[in-house]
Amino acid sequence: MPAKGEMETMIEAPPQEPRDLESPAGVRIEAVDRTFATRQGPVPALSGMSLRAAPREIVAVVGPSGCGKTTLLELVCGLQAPDRGLVSSEPAALMPQRDLLLPWLGAVDNAALALRARGVTRDEARATVRPWLARFGLAEFEHARPAQLSGGMRQRVSFLRTLLAGKPVLALDEPFASLDAITRQDMQGWLAHVLAEEHRTVLLVTHDVEEAVVLADHVVVMSARPGRAVAELEVAVSRPRKRTDPAVVALRERALEALGLGG
Amino acid sequence: MRRLLRGWPAVLLLLGLIGVWELYVDLGGVDPLILSPPHAIASTMYTDRSLLWSNFLVTAREVLFGILLAGAAGFVCAIGIHLSATLRRAAYPLLVASQTIPIVILAPLLLFWFGFSIVSKLIVVALVSFFSIVVTTLDALSAVDGDLLKLMKTFDAGRLRTFRHVELPAALPGLLTGAKIAAVVAVIGAVFAEQQAADSGLGYLFFQSIPQLLTARAYAAVVILSLFAIALFALLTLVERLALPWAHTSRGDRRR
Repeated sequence: MPAKGEMETMIEAPPQEPRDLESPAGVRIEAVDRTFATRQGPVPALSGMSLRAAPREIVAVVGPSGCGKTTLLELVCGLQAPDRGLVSSEPAALMPQRDLLLPWLGAVDNAALALRARGVTRDEARATVRPWLARFGLAEFEHARPAQLSGGMRQRVSFLRTLLAGKPVLALDEPFASLDAITRQDMQGWLAHVLAEEHRTVLLVTHDVEEAVVLADHVVVMSARPGRAVAELEVAVSRPRKRTDPAVVALRERALEALGLGG
Repeated sequence: MRRLLRGWPAVLLLLGLIGVWELYVDLGGVDPLILSPPHAIASTMYTDRSLLWSNFLVTAREVLFGILLAGAAGFVCAIGIHLSATLRRAAYPLLVASQTIPIVILAPLLLFWFGFSIVSKLIVVALVSFFSIVVTTLDALSAVDGDLLKLMKTFDAGRLRTFRHVELPAALPGLLTGAKIAAVVAVIGAVFAEQQAADSGLGYLFFQSIPQLLTARAYAAVVILSLFAIALFALLTLVERLALPWAHTSRGDRRR
């Protein structure tokens, strides 16, 4: 199916290694059910959801609002347990949808929160964070509080905070949903760049199909609530990817079709 | 400058009210021993300045230490209640119930117990200030975003580290809000305590002056007490601005 796009791929495309799906590492979710008890009765969030992310793979999960994407990430992070089914994951750190930066801390101390949470001293934590701030273009904003940072900067600090938790799995919950369209495109390019150098297993939840196709190795499409995987697309397009690349466009259309939005 | 201009209506209204008061006493044939005219209060404030000052210092000390006592006890209490569900169940009903016993009843008993020393006044001031501080601090603690606590969990933070890095700083604006509310009632509490058993203080002076028909002095004491409460409120607002500047800039941001 993606044959048409394949011809357009750049020559320096890395050879595709076979997916290591048998390894216990990475993320494995099998036939998971999760139902929440509410006052209006039980609400099933996930029903028969399965997903696999091999180590160092970026898997994007797209689906309509309220399809249980956040629940999925909380299962992976061990914040919830499934009612039925298997969830097995290497330790995962969450990047929440809202930046949730602490309003009283400067960028350096906000980014250091995961280190401080493990008992690293303030000076040590700051020393670890500083080179990263420089790398993320935030060196001049070391002591700027969240209120003084732009939306894009706040998301970068938030991502850095999760990255520095040092977990093999990153669970990113709609990281750029709150940003304006231009900043979002900017940040997607930035994240692609960072993830190319930081080899982690990434679970990226998003409702932006283009974001999924531009960033991920695999895209899992979920149904409306109760959520389950209805399609899985392999994104065999070399990086850096362009939104206008016909292969990217074709995959985006296929994902939209799987969501029932094609045409 | 613009802020000063915005204050003009209040100043004008106050001056107008003082003017009406002055005219009412001067032209209405009111005995100045019953109602002192503003100019007599002002001149008493000048002639009695050393007496008023020394008594002010007594009351100010009661109020300040009382609020500090209530602040420390209230903060610790709120944290305990926040961290321990058992403690919450045990202490919260008692805390609310304690506020239903009128201080009017409690104060004479406390003063009977602790006598004329500053201790009795401190306890009364602390009692009237304590509740607002506990409640506002608890509110600030429970307003901490649940997702933030989840985030800390995925960072492997224990309960104490989460508390220290996330909840404790978030509680400070609550503490200050409580102290601001307390500042106003604390002055009332101190005056009330001095009425029961005291040998000095502006409240004591006030209640002494009335039977002596030193009405202007009584009014002078009231003016100073009121200015003191306002100054205390303003001081705490300033402390909040300087020490917790983020508490104001970020709240609007979070509301969206």
